[in-house]
Amino acid sequence: MRCRELAEFLMDYVSGELPAENREHFELHLTRCRNCREYLVQYEGCVKAGRMACDEQSDELPLDVPEDLVKAVLAARKLDPSS
Amino acid sequence: MGSATPVDDETGLIAQLRAGDESAYEQVVRTYGGRLLAVTRRILDAEEDARDVVQDAFLNAFRNVDRFEGNSKLSTWLHRIAVNAALMKLRTRKRKPEQSIETLLPSFLDDGHHEERFRSWEEPVDIAMERAETRQLVRAKIDELPESYRTVLVLRDIEGLDTEETAKMLGLTANAAKIRLHRARQALRTLLAPHLAGPASAKVRETPGGKLS
Repeated sequence: MRCRELAEFLMDYVSGELPAENREHFELHLTRCRNCREYLVQYEGCVKAGRMACDEQSDELPLDVPEDLVKAVLAARKLDPSS
Repeated sequence: MGSATPVDDETGLIAQLRAGDESAYEQVVRTYGGRLLAVTRRILDAEEDARDVVQDAFLNAFRNVDRFEGNSKLSTWLHRIAVNAALMKLRTRKRKPEQSIETLLPSFLDDGHHEERFRSWEEPVDIAMERAETRQLVRAKIDELPESYRTVLVLRDIEGLDTEETAKMLGLTANAAKIRLHRARQALRTLLAPHLAGPASAKVRETPGGKLS
């Protein structure tokens, strides 16, 4: 397996969906290729980073609502016959 | 700007909504509006679309508050309505031609090796993500992804939907959704790496694109 194939199989490897035979070749390549090991670490890091950066529970997401949006929603609600 | 205050008594708030209490509607919009806007902005490029969708989501929620069963949190329920509304908007809107993702994908030499030598990140991602500025950076880079890739990444890696659900919501085959997710993650890595990498060592600089394995 070359670096090119390894990059293609990365997602299935990370999610545990890579068939056993491919996984063997994948892991063998990893033991020999420092660059692909680093790529794997960074690929997994990005998945984690995305999740952590957008965590709804984190307090830093904008909590402020633009005032005109508040007014628009409340005005639209009053005009909404079905609410 | 109205700022959010935590809701101590969600059950009470929902009862007020059901009773049509004006102040309860306002409290809900002020409490959850900012977060919903953050969610819809992540899916939609245009600020106007993101705001329209938040408005639609609130109206939809107010209309259907009787159907809110209370086995999830109000915030979770609103969040789901907003995501659905954003995806609906995405489907009905004319698609703009988008920037190609190719330049953000890894490139390979003829012999199948990576062209680039990847510099290790300065610290493990868990540690880096403890800093608000890094989290901000990651959000900004997600926003830079071409829309059709960003949407898949948001639904899969952030909203936590599975491949089938994501594919269905976007009108894609499962395989197409998988390919887009993989490309989106690779592109995000390309965008983040220069900011997270440690200082280049002399050795690395001497051998750009050198064979490594």
